[in-house]
Amino acid sequence: MIVTGIDVSKEAFEGGTGWEIKPEGACKGDVCIPLDRSGAFDLQLTADRLRMAIVHDADEGLWAIGPESLGDRALVTADAPELVLPDLDGDEFRLATLRGQKVVIVSWAPY
Amino acid sequence: MVTVGIETSGSEACREFIELAQPEHPSLIDAMHQMEARFGVVNIPNVVWIDENGVIVRPPEPGWPGATQYPEFLARRMRLAAEEAEPAELTPEEQRERDEQRATAETLRSKISGGQDRDAYPDAIRDWVEQGAASQYVMSPDEVVARSQPRPMTKSEGAAQFELGCHLWRAGKKGTAIAHFNEAHRLQPDNWTYKRQAWSLVGYEQAGGGDMGRFTQNAPPGREDEWPFDSDFNHDVAKLGPGEYYPKTM
Repeated sequence: MIVTGIDVSKEAFEGGTGWEIKPEGACKGDVCIPLDRSGAFDLQLTADRLRMAIVHDADEGLWAIGPESLGDRALVTADAPELVLPDLDGDEFRLATLRGQKVVIVSWAPY
Repeated sequence: MVTVGIETSGSEACREFIELAQPEHPSLIDAMHQMEARFGVVNIPNVVWIDENGVIVRPPEPGWPGATQYPEFLARRMRLAAEEAEPAELTPEEQRERDEQRATAETLRSKISGGQDRDAYPDAIRDWVEQGAASQYVMSPDEVVARSQPRPMTKSEGAAQFELGCHLWRAGKKGTAIAHFNEAHRLQPDNWTYKRQAWSLVGYEQAGGGDMGRFTQNAPPGREDEWPFDSDFNHDVAKLGPGEYYPKTM
């Protein structure tokens, strides 16, 4: 997730990382990691709990928030993460719209 | 089925392949490499199985539609490109070099293809479609998580570096992008998508585009000092043992 400052809103964090901020903590599928909710959403605190790296490119004024690594595995749950990607025409497609069907995602590349 | 083209250049680089294939399923473009961050994809082709309840029953793994590596239209182009590159007459020295290149290419091919039973993969998918949760190929949720890619904190940092590289490349800041790509490769040395993508972006430009330009992932012979990466495809594959490029799936 690329941001131009670390004052990221809860909504932007949720959309960019696939983690939802709920009363019980940061949640993805059936996994919830408790957060200190005494104040507003805190990117650094949340990233620390989820073990997400934050890399800063000072010259470009950009930060990148890496994916969670809290379980030392790419997946923390078998619940499929949300995935929203465009097709060739630029129309967004949400993976969740296929709920109720078996899905095989095949990744390829022109290289 | 959903296909995802993982390509920083986006639809520009994917369009021709998708239009030739004329898919009836959703065919998506992943310019920022979300498949790696969200699912743990580290090479392509790669397949993830998800059941009707949205639960992953096989984590990302190498998978093929059958025995062939490439679709016929691409294989034909590759043959034509090789024939065009072949001079009519070779001196003995040129012939020796050509023979050595072919032997190296054959060694790399065997390392890439070794140990896979590609025919079995579509049969396994058919078995799951028919049998559902009773299929022998379905994994438990705990197994799915355990068999997803290892991800220590350094890999989160590598993913962040790679995303900065993609963002800056797309913004036209290619020198800065390459610095971030090199950092990503150092932090995630076993992520072939991160490597192939970055090498391909530069290789395509150095090759002057063309049908095979995006498959140019090595320092150009005689112009090695123009290659901005710490390694390239041939050197990295040569270091592998059989079955390490595409780990055996089933």
